[in-house]
Amino acid sequence: MTGLVALLAQVGTEAQVDTTFDVPANVVFAVTAVFMIVAALRVVTTKNIVHAALWLIIVLGGVGVQYLLLQAEFVAVTQFLVYLGAIVVLILFGVMLTRAPLGVSTDLDNDLKPLGIGAGLVLAVVMGFALIQSFGADQLDFRAYDSALGLDDPQTAAAGRTGAVADGIFGQYLIPFEMISVLLLAALIGAIVLARRD
Amino acid sequence: MSSTVLLGLELAYWQQTAIRVLVGLTALLLLTGGVVYLYLFKFVSFMQSRLGPMEAGPFGSLQLLAEVGKWLQKEDIAPDRADKFIFGLAPAVVLASTFLMFVVIPAGPNAVIADLHTGIYFALAVSSLSVIGVLMAGWASANKYSLMGALRAGGQLIAYELPLILSVVGVVIMAGSLNLQDIVAAQANGAIFGWDGIGNPFILSQFVGFVIFMIAVQAELTQSPFDMPIAESELVAGYQVEYSGIKFLVYFIAEFATAVAFAAIASTLFLGGWDLPASWGIGDGAMHVIGPINISIKAVLLVGVVFWARFSLPRFREDQLQALAWKVLIPLSLANIVLTSIFKVAF
Repeated sequence: MTGLVALLAQVGTEAQVDTTFDVPANVVFAVTAVFMIVAALRVVTTKNIVHAALWLIIVLGGVGVQYLLLQAEFVAVTQFLVYLGAIVVLILFGVMLTRAPLGVSTDLDNDLKPLGIGAGLVLAVVMGFALIQSFGADQLDFRAYDSALGLDDPQTAAAGRTGAVADGIFGQYLIPFEMISVLLLAALIGAIVLARRD
Repeated sequence: MSSTVLLGLELAYWQQTAIRVLVGLTALLLLTGGVVYLYLFKFVSFMQSRLGPMEAGPFGSLQLLAEVGKWLQKEDIAPDRADKFIFGLAPAVVLASTFLMFVVIPAGPNAVIADLHTGIYFALAVSSLSVIGVLMAGWASANKYSLMGALRAGGQLIAYELPLILSVVGVVIMAGSLNLQDIVAAQANGAIFGWDGIGNPFILSQFVGFVIFMIAVQAELTQSPFDMPIAESELVAGYQVEYSGIKFLVYFIAEFATAVAFAAIASTLFLGGWDLPASWGIGDGAMHVIGPINISIKAVLLVGVVFWARFSLPRFREDQLQALAWKVLIPLSLANIVLTSIFKVAF
């Protein structure tokens, strides 16, 4: 709510624009966030399993839009490719291959619903508290971040943040990156072993 | 990106964006229409020893307008038990995925809607979204042929997504960038063992990648020999079977616009894109005009290759189709990446 008040105050006094406060980005953030929350609620309340998977697209696509607002272009495109282009497609594919009736399904609820709501609320409160406690006073300053990486100079910014991500993965974080690759390879081989009949 | 366009006008950001989108859409629809007339109407007719459409306009050149008019006035029917909202949304999802691909394809020094750092990665990511629309269409039609077609399309698009992306990695290693303008520049400024007469189009060093890319494109477009999802002898028309009128027209436009988009991407990655070799010494001013013509010709010729294969080859069986992707194309493209990396470091 304070964010909204600050936003309205910003619109009123354009003369003193704070360098770290970007009005359009905040408007887009708020709109996307509302869409995501509504869609997330519909994922668990809708009476049709395919509709649930389709609402999930809005939630995961919204995450990609939020990455774009944080100027993380590479991460955003990866989000679209992996979550929308692959994971949601596999969910839809699996659901349709087994059982996906049109219309209202009555057997989507079960007795554990109150427990699920409780667990969700506890998770939201704990994570929200941790986030506000850790980062509540922080302000995102893209200019300071860019000058630290040397991206504010057009001459050195050729590769942009995508290049910075690549340098990070294949430089400083090479070992963790290769460890994750080996882990994923192990999971892949494990899945093949489980699926084989002989 | 410079804010000064061809004539030295200073435009606001939204004005530039509006002009880019309008010009992009016009070029996209003109190219798609041209490709449909040239290949679907005339090329296939001559291959089959017939004339093709001859009545509407000179040599039947206005046949496409007549077809569009016909579809627009047909009744827009949805099956009684269909999920009407999802049924109507599905063609829009497919068309949006197609249009988004054109956002990053450059046609000149400044002629690109958005010059993203992640250019080629973005194009491949949004192209993979069309399968969501296909699955939505097949499910919402309340028709078992539709659902079967959508499931086949889903399995096929997932399988060929991998060789499509992996075959591009070789080019990205050679150019050292994901940005399509950088890839074009790398080819225009390159040299083959010191000889820069034709630059260094990546089709020469990445021929394996080019062949894998074109095969994967053929499968992504569900064109014959990869047209199991819409196999007319078994599934009527697959996920499109219940669509009529303007919604079918949208699928039709999306199919051929995607062919143009993939051909334009292939010509940018492998054939040098809009640029001519730097050693020819043509300035930016002339390239503003030559560039769009250059890439259009390359793209239309590559679409011709796609249609040539489509009209020549019989359909793969489903298991052959999956085996080709997983057992041949993916290992081959992985080997191509390893070899390209070795040569890149060695030379």
